[in-house]
Amino acid sequence: MLNNLLAASRAWGKRNAEMAALPFLLVGVVLLLSVAIEITSEGNVHFLSVENFGAMAAQIPELGLLSLAMMVTMLTAGINLSIISSANLVGVTMAITMLTFGPGAASAGLTLPLIVLTIVGGLLFSVLLGLFNGLLIAKLKITPVLATLGTMILYEGLTLAITKGYVISGMPEEFLVIASGDVFGVPYALIVFTVAAVVMAYVLQRRPFGRQLYMLGSNQTAASFSAVNIDRVILKTYMLSGLLVGLAAIIMLSRFSSANARQGTSLLLVTVLIAVLGGTDPDGGFGKVLGLVMALVIMQCITSGLNLLGISSFLTLGLWGALLIGVIAYRSYRAKNPGNRPKSVSA
Amino acid sequence: MTNKNPGAQLRLQRFFGQNETILLLVLLAMVTAITAVSPRFLGPENLFSILLSASYTGIFAIGFLLVLVSGGLDVSFTAVATVAQYAMGTVLLANPDISPALALLIPLLVGMALGSLNALLIHYLSAPPIIITIANLNIFFGLLQFITGGEWLNGFPEWFDHFPQTYVLSFENADGVKYGLSVIVMIWLAVAVVAGVLMHYFKAGRKLYAMGGNLEAARRAGIDILRYRIFAYGFLGFCAGLGGMVHTLITQTVVPNTLVGHEFDVVAAVVLGGASIFGGSGTVVGTVLGVGLLAVLSNALTIMKVPTYWHEVFVGAIVILSITITTLSALAARNREKKYHAQ
Repeated sequence: MLNNLLAASRAWGKRNAEMAALPFLLVGVVLLLSVAIEITSEGNVHFLSVENFGAMAAQIPELGLLSLAMMVTMLTAGINLSIISSANLVGVTMAITMLTFGPGAASAGLTLPLIVLTIVGGLLFSVLLGLFNGLLIAKLKITPVLATLGTMILYEGLTLAITKGYVISGMPEEFLVIASGDVFGVPYALIVFTVAAVVMAYVLQRRPFGRQLYMLGSNQTAASFSAVNIDRVILKTYMLSGLLVGLAAIIMLSRFSSANARQGTSLLLVTVLIAVLGGTDPDGGFGKVLGLVMALVIMQCITSGLNLLGISSFLTLGLWGALLIGVIAYRSYRAKNPGNRPKSVSA
Repeated sequence: MTNKNPGAQLRLQRFFGQNETILLLVLLAMVTAITAVSPRFLGPENLFSILLSASYTGIFAIGFLLVLVSGGLDVSFTAVATVAQYAMGTVLLANPDISPALALLIPLLVGMALGSLNALLIHYLSAPPIIITIANLNIFFGLLQFITGGEWLNGFPEWFDHFPQTYVLSFENADGVKYGLSVIVMIWLAVAVVAGVLMHYFKAGRKLYAMGGNLEAARRAGIDILRYRIFAYGFLGFCAGLGGMVHTLITQTVVPNTLVGHEFDVVAAVVLGGASIFGGSGTVVGTVLGVGLLAVLSNALTIMKVPTYWHEVFVGAIVILSITITTLSALAARNREKKYHAQ
């Protein structure tokens, strides 16, 4: 029984070499942080506590959705630098819609339909923003880095122009439930993320579109000779990325009850870090949702741990950068020295 | 349409289709239009002040051009510039009697070191430059903020304060205030000329174009990729240090978050100047014109009292538009050459 389990886990580790180290890393991080926090806070604050896990669970969904949005584009050897500014543009648009029509709808007893309409509209809008990225990349053949760099500035500019630099706040109570409500202690937002992650895993591993996406990322020429419609896959990828951004925007708006043009700009680095740490190859073709979820949990543990330890957010920013380079260095080392890995998986 | 001499036609098309020619025409048209609205715009005082305020963006842009031409990308240069500013400012405040030459050398060395670090990481980790430089942007900026606590530096020595008021050409306006072409603008132009000559007439420059055109072909042609990567990113680091220094000279203060976050003004100017996103093309003249165009646009928006939060919309739209045009014309040129070779 135990032997079977060990053999199965070894086989899993071989098949998923890019994320085999993550479970150990997760356990290590949790142990290290709980001991460090126990010592420094002299037992007043516990890392392994219901409150802390609750706080972490609250932040996971939006970061996870944004990381998924980053990951799908990376699988095609692209990148989406506009995720944060798209999320802010969508968030601000939804906020303004609800503030403008909210009072009228409330007096007519139509608050709920308004919220549903706003959410649907917000998701459509974010898909459109993604489509625009996709069109620039697929039809105009602009490299993903520069295309999304351009839209990142454009979307942020539009948001600034709409808000005039102000924060838009005061969402209806019914909308705030998305972030604050829960079923049996599981927040709605976490359910949204879980469903999104499962659907994404299914699409990427089991649907033709998902497989085409990986093919495109591994070798675009080979994919196009294999009758993959490159332009269509790219368009769909960036629209999917936009949709995930839209979900994140809804959750962010609900959690902060406010939106502005420059919310969470430092998250861009974190989403890249989570995707790469989770085993996604920035050169395209490799990466799985499971790895991303593990990396997300690890990152969230470290973030909240450093926070509990009272470490400056700027130092954390520097650490994220160093960690990203560290992970890439480790990958590159492994790629050059395959060691005892079976030859069939050497890439 | 058939033509007896497709080669000559190609050359003609190239001349009129040249990005620099178009940019210059657009710039002249804009200047004329703005002058018609507000005659004070064309006065030498305003022009000199536009040149001065564009100088550090211009210096950054020259360095960025070299990296883009070589097929790379670096978004960390604003953080490099800030670190360089801080290094210089700290030394100046600690030893006010330090020789000016030595003090001004510090940011250049810091810049080159950090730029070369980018090159080494990109080369040895064979990772996409955008990811490495996003990481380094956060490392440099995060550590700087952490170590300095975001403290502002000011109160530099007297010579430092007077430096930007050294004029190459000087005039006096009706109120008796001195103004002129600051020596700082000359620094920008000197960097541009050096880079232009280097890119056009020296092997090192041509090798950068070769790398950007096709890295593998360049490698097989025997170009030492690591060496020229260090050269390109190191040069951008140098420009970042110099730009940071110039920025400090103009503002007389060092603030950690004035430059970081404005990378994209520089990116916008360079792509507007026609540097191809495929790498392997782009000229110093185009970049200087791109910087000039954005500076004039921003000045014009201010004169026309357009709120500042609209500026970013313009910059974003211009970037996308100019990237689109450059890409399409590059694709069209490629197709034309294919057709030409096929004939």
